[in-house]
Amino acid sequence: MRYLLRRLGFFVLTLWAALTLNFFIPRMMPGSPLQALRDRTHNKLSPAALNSLLSQFGFDPHQNVAVQYVQYLKNMATGRWGISIGGSLGVPVRKLIGQALPWTLGLVGVTTVMAFLLGTVIGIVAGWKRGGLLDGIVPPVFVVTSALPYFWVALLMILLFASGTHALLPNDGNYTNGLTAGFSGHFIFDVLKHAILPGATILITAIGGWILTMRNNMITTLSEDYVRMGRAKGLSNRRIMYGYAARNAFLPNLSGFAMSLGFVISGAILVEYVFNYPGLGYMLYNATVNTDYPLLQALFMLITVAVLVAVLICDFVTFWLDPRARAKG
Amino acid sequence: MSAILANTAVVTGTPSPARRRAGGGLWTAVRTNRKAMAGLIIFLIFAAMAAVPRLFTSVKNPNDAAQYASLAHPGSQHWLGTTQLGQDIYAQLIYGTRQSLVIALIAGFFATVLSVLIGVSAAYLGGIGDEALSLLTNVFLVLPTFPLIIVLATYAGKGNLLVVIIVLVVTGWSYGANQLRAQTLSLRNRDFLESARVRGERRSYIIVAELLPTMTSLIVANFLGAALYAVLTAAGLQFLGLGDPSSLSWGTMLYWSQNDGALQSGYPVWAIAPGICVALLGASFALLNYAFDEISNPALRPVRRIRVKRAHS
Repeated sequence: MRYLLRRLGFFVLTLWAALTLNFFIPRMMPGSPLQALRDRTHNKLSPAALNSLLSQFGFDPHQNVAVQYVQYLKNMATGRWGISIGGSLGVPVRKLIGQALPWTLGLVGVTTVMAFLLGTVIGIVAGWKRGGLLDGIVPPVFVVTSALPYFWVALLMILLFASGTHALLPNDGNYTNGLTAGFSGHFIFDVLKHAILPGATILITAIGGWILTMRNNMITTLSEDYVRMGRAKGLSNRRIMYGYAARNAFLPNLSGFAMSLGFVISGAILVEYVFNYPGLGYMLYNATVNTDYPLLQALFMLITVAVLVAVLICDFVTFWLDPRARAKG
Repeated sequence: MSAILANTAVVTGTPSPARRRAGGGLWTAVRTNRKAMAGLIIFLIFAAMAAVPRLFTSVKNPNDAAQYASLAHPGSQHWLGTTQLGQDIYAQLIYGTRQSLVIALIAGFFATVLSVLIGVSAAYLGGIGDEALSLLTNVFLVLPTFPLIIVLATYAGKGNLLVVIIVLVVTGWSYGANQLRAQTLSLRNRDFLESARVRGERRSYIIVAELLPTMTSLIVANFLGAALYAVLTAAGLQFLGLGDPSSLSWGTMLYWSQNDGALQSGYPVWAIAPGICVALLGASFALLNYAFDEISNPALRPVRRIRVKRAHS
């Protein structure tokens, strides 16, 4: 129980630290939202109107910083995230995020889970058959793919499959312009077609890391005494492979997976940028370029919360799966 | 069977004493590891390009516009063609090596120094100091780094090389610090450190002269990991136009090629070549990194060598 309480304490502390950082970073940067807003509205609004706009997302330059800070924390917690002062001026931040979230979850979320599952299985098999054909090829190949720059793989994908007059696949956006969104077969097919290239890009660059760590964990676990014990008892290879070795080799990877699941929310900025995919990553990039503070703050808060919740869930799962963690607590 | 047993003994046994590990042993280990050699050779070629670009190309000012015809296709005159502004792409690649390499090495170095400082002192201090430093590490670990980098790089002076490096260091140390803390904790109560303590050595001496040398390969691996992270992230930033667009690096080359629609207008080499360089430099760090994993954990080494050993014994 002490273990879980500690993890819960860590969760609260980290969340607070990240939110505080999130509060101070924009305020320490040169250039003010007031100026950015004035530029964006082409000086058409009166200073009073600008100030009331700004105070709507909890930014009141004349307020005491401490008061601002408390107000900010309150706003973040209650979901009053203000309105965008960036490219889509005046639109509530919640609405903007709500529009982009499904696309990122669908694209980055699905590919992250796929990369993890596939990578884990390949890693298990490669680590099991030491010296086999697979084990000879796997490490060097995936060491190299894990070092590829995301955005460059994306460019390569476009070059190979989506450029010229006979493009196989679309390279732009989430679905063909003018198509009505809905649960029709035609629309779903179109969305899938648009997701193939960005999805493949993420898969190619992300899978290497999972394969390599799983293979290495597997090899380390296979030299443990309990595996030799299992062999001596005459258990089937399959049973030793999955029930004894893989099960334990898998545990250290769990927290890494939890974190990458959390980071799904931040999207794959570079991939979404190259493919003009309207997910949260692209939105974050645009918010930065347009000094859209309310949107930025809300996005950062969401990402941090997502990562922390994922890590917390992982801690609970580990607690449940691993007797050693229970004994420690 | 004895070979396998011996092997596991190495994994779980005490690390060899400091004086044997540092220096010579490491070099032998690198020399006999194929992945390490491949990584090292790629790295040395890039290092030569960065140090003496004139060895590889006759062009003196690769960034001057309108030196040649605009958008020439690859050929004998210009191996990789020219840009929209009439710059030789091959020459730009060679000269661009310097900035990419310098960013990687400096950011990697300082991130590693920070990881060692924070990771080792957390483990050595224990108690409340450990709690505080661990919390700091964990906060940085869960922060969304790439978004944070974009924000920082945009606001803290676009294109400033120093800013890019500082940002890479600040966001790149936490993973290593966690690893080094764990490793230090597991070494803390080993006999060779205990004996140094009994001899009455100062704590700083024990850490620098006894503890750190046994962690050389882990520290080197951390440096390589941080350098790899720096190469990829810096290239990504520059690609987004958040580097200095007028300076020369692989990332900014990619930025300009994307800006001028190189892929769409039939000049793919312009976009592909700098990316290959980033990937190769990244691969060299990754290969070396993986090799150091194998060096510090013999169980991971390719099976071939184990068989040879068995035949001899």
